[in-house]
Amino acid sequence: MADGLKLHFDVDGTDFTVAGECSSKVKKTLKQLGFDPELIRRVAIAMYEGEINMVIHANGGTIDVEISPESVVVILKDTGPGIPDLDKAMQEGFSTASNTVRELGFGAGMGLPNMKKYTDKMEVDTVPGVGTTVTLSVIV
Amino acid sequence: MKVKDIIDALNLKVSAGATGVDGEVSGCYIGDLLSLAMSSLKENNVWVTIQTNVNIVAVSVLVEGACVILCDGQEPDDAAKKKADNEGVPILSTEKTAYEVAAELSRLGV
Ligand SMILES: Nc1ncnc2c1ncn2[C@@H]1O[C@H](COP(=O)(O)OP(=O)(O)O)[C@@H](O)[C@H]1O
Ligand SMILES: [Mg+2]
Repeated sequence: MADGLKLHFDVDGTDFTVAGECSSKVKKTLKQLGFDPELIRRVAIAMYEGEINMVIHANGGTIDVEISPESVVVILKDTGPGIPDLDKAMQEGFSTASNTVRELGFGAGMGLPNMKKYTDKMEVDTVPGVGTTVTLSVIV
Repeated sequence: MKVKDIIDALNLKVSAGATGVDGEVSGCYIGDLLSLAMSSLKENNVWVTIQTNVNIVAVSVLVEGACVILCDGQEPDDAAKKKADNEGVPILSTEKTAYEVAAELSRLGV
């Protein structure tokens, strides 16, 4: 694992039923590699929130995970609508999710705040009309 | 205490994920918002909710919960059932309210 381990996922933006599969796989891999359970929990929750956001707000995208003995980095990339006001989007409770999506239990407006809370570093690169890339890092 | 002990004591219907009924149970969380559930649920917790879609299984797997109890007569949808069977996450259904379920779990010492 000297160079680290890289995982790549394509997230289908039309299928709610696959949401969570990628975080679940990453979780299993981290477990096999013997990472601390609390770190695994943080990575899995943050990544699941990112995965869900891709599906409900951006029509899917890709996720790249880089695992090394020093850190776990999750890069979520989509070509969705982008986030016009990031400061607002980062506030707890802010959500533009539709009623249909809310009825499924999403849209609490806690996704981005949770992603920040559970990681050591979060970078959001977003351009309206172009897409959003969220980079989450957890230090081992 | 095991999931099957709760099933017997509360007279719950096993709607899916029957292979997981030997799992250990401790603690409980009640709520329907996935983001909040995800951050509050702990390993081996019972999760009481009215959400019936497949994401309840995804969240339960993620946090390594013991089982999901659907109150107020809710039943899991087909996708949720299928995933719960695959993952061995028991989904238990009851006509009882969340309050009634919680009170009984508390009495059992969960
Ligand atoms: N990948 C994304 N693409 C476009 N908009 C996004 C994306 N992620 C988040 N957003 C916007 O930021 C808001 C807040 O996100 P979040 O905190 O996850 O809450 P929720 O997903 O519950 O709405 C969303 O309602 C949406 O408007
Ligand atoms: Mg979200």
